[in-house]
Amino acid sequence: MGKKLLLEHINVPGIQSLEVYRKMGGYASVEKAIKTMSPDEIVEEVKKSGLRGRGGAGFPTGMKWSFLAKPAGVPRYLVCNADESEPGTFKDRYLMEKIPHALIEGMITSSFALGANTSYIYIRGEYFYVSRILERAIEEAYAAGWLGKNILGSGYDLDLYVQVGGGAYICGEETALLESLEGKRGNPRIKPPFPAVKGLYDCPTVVNNVETIAAVVPIVNHGGDEYAKIGIGKSTGTKLISAGGNINKPGVYEIELGVSVEEFIFSDEYCGGIPDGRKLKACVPGGSSVPILPADLLLKTSTGENRLMSYESLSEGGFATGSMLGSGGFIVYDERACIVRSTWNYSRFYHHESCGQCSPCREGTSWMEKILHRLEYGHGRSEDIDLLWDIQRKIEGNTICPLGDAAAWPVAAAIRHFRHEFEYHAKYPDKVKDTKHTPPPMPTRVAVG
Amino acid sequence: MSNQPVKFSEEALAECHKIIKRYPSGKHKSALLPILHIAQAENDGWLSSSTMDKVAEIIGIKPVEVYEVASFYSMYNLKPVGKCVLEVCRTVPCWLNGSEELVAYLEKKLNIKAGETTKDGMFTIKTVECLGSCGTAPMLQCGANYHENLTNEKTDALIEKLKAENTRKSYTDII
Repeated sequence: MGKKLLLEHINVPGIQSLEVYRKMGGYASVEKAIKTMSPDEIVEEVKKSGLRGRGGAGFPTGMKWSFLAKPAGVPRYLVCNADESEPGTFKDRYLMEKIPHALIEGMITSSFALGANTSYIYIRGEYFYVSRILERAIEEAYAAGWLGKNILGSGYDLDLYVQVGGGAYICGEETALLESLEGKRGNPRIKPPFPAVKGLYDCPTVVNNVETIAAVVPIVNHGGDEYAKIGIGKSTGTKLISAGGNINKPGVYEIELGVSVEEFIFSDEYCGGIPDGRKLKACVPGGSSVPILPADLLLKTSTGENRLMSYESLSEGGFATGSMLGSGGFIVYDERACIVRSTWNYSRFYHHESCGQCSPCREGTSWMEKILHRLEYGHGRSEDIDLLWDIQRKIEGNTICPLGDAAAWPVAAAIRHFRHEFEYHAKYPDKVKDTKHTPPPMPTRVAVG
Repeated sequence: MSNQPVKFSEEALAECHKIIKRYPSGKHKSALLPILHIAQAENDGWLSSSTMDKVAEIIGIKPVEVYEVASFYSMYNLKPVGKCVLEVCRTVPCWLNGSEELVAYLEKKLNIKAGETTKDGMFTIKTVECLGSCGTAPMLQCGANYHENLTNEKTDALIEKLKAENTRKSYTDII
């Protein structure tokens, strides 16, 4: 059993309430931070912890915090990104719904460290009922003096609000989120300036994912060095993995970074294997934007090492043979899945979610969806495969925000590893017209390395 | 349709003004998305141009600032919808667990296609992108509620329950 830092008390009856949460040691980090530490000391602990952004990008949190500009007389903001929309990812919803005070506590401690007196939790509109749970928790925290004026008699004031979105994947991108929080369309901003200098209302702002902020609590409680002892290499601490797709035990698992992928999929402690004895075919290990890997490259790197659930191991080999840990949205495919249909589904998603600012993304996602649709429905041509490759290559790196890359990578990876399925669709239109067609078998891979 | 009077109860207006106070002075436009949710819930589940004009008036911004936002986000309906909008997630993790079959089942059961509303104005089927419920697929959202791990039997029971309740479901409902 791995160490649990975020979900340790998740099954304690009544843990949603402040009373029970306090009994389990909750809000100790706020007391420790405000009574015994300076804001800079907290930032230092977060740096030492090696914590990396849990939303998907994996950027070191302490470094992000240290970039925050602090001009005199200008307010600073902490904004929590609870817009969780990356397909395959549902960990933040689980955390906020089951143990809302873990996020509230993290917000208070982090806001104190950053010198923010007003903070917002921007939550996707579809999670409206979760926003109510958070609001109730915030009310409790105000009533108990954890929020509001002069917290713990320190002179530190903090107001915390929940903001609901309107349904747009792009608002998970931090500058689009800020635009949305300002009451505008979710169009990402050109960077620089980065939010640390010019963020919400043009003021210095830090935007962090729910899980990142919750992880600040154990870091402050036990110290950054203790946190960094968990995990492997530069992948320190624990990570929430949202496991879904074709597995026996879908759900949210807190793992110590470094568990092997094989153990994660097949052990009863985690996913419990593939239903009905079917074979593992492929997996998207870090949310829909990251490259899909076929079973062999998922379990072993190209050099034959065991693939581990860590930032480094999952990206071992680059995109040629690796993928990314991303948001930890772990989507497992069994042998029945048609990769062309899956890729069409993702392309439809990115086309739907493109904000439309940049031509390569706006037009390219529409073309990719159209071409994948015709291949999948038996109207494709063999040239379509190279055409798709060409389009995705022209989107990647040519847009204001990473949605373009996120749309390109799944298409590129599917063609890279499953080209035979695309060729099969172009060659045998009659066999693929039934939406439930059986995909062709994997060709034998020539051993690499 | 747009000539219908815009509805805002006293409570709803009070809630709007409470929301506006969350933001620093001069940043009241930030209240737009939350207030649009309230406006939609108050006005039969959709935003007519007169409803959006009223929202602009409440917040103190130009109507076009409301239109451009309402048309950007997928949760705001710019046309009338049924009392119960069945929003079926169709993205990959749900697809791997039978979302296409769920949509087909609902279409057959309600005798409408996705995107359409039943003649009695009770149900609209809408296919939507990932709702963050991938571990409990297939699923649909109706108002504030997530209905998860759906089977045909559970879907039947849900439809019967919604018919019996015969009330409009909104994201802002307290559950």
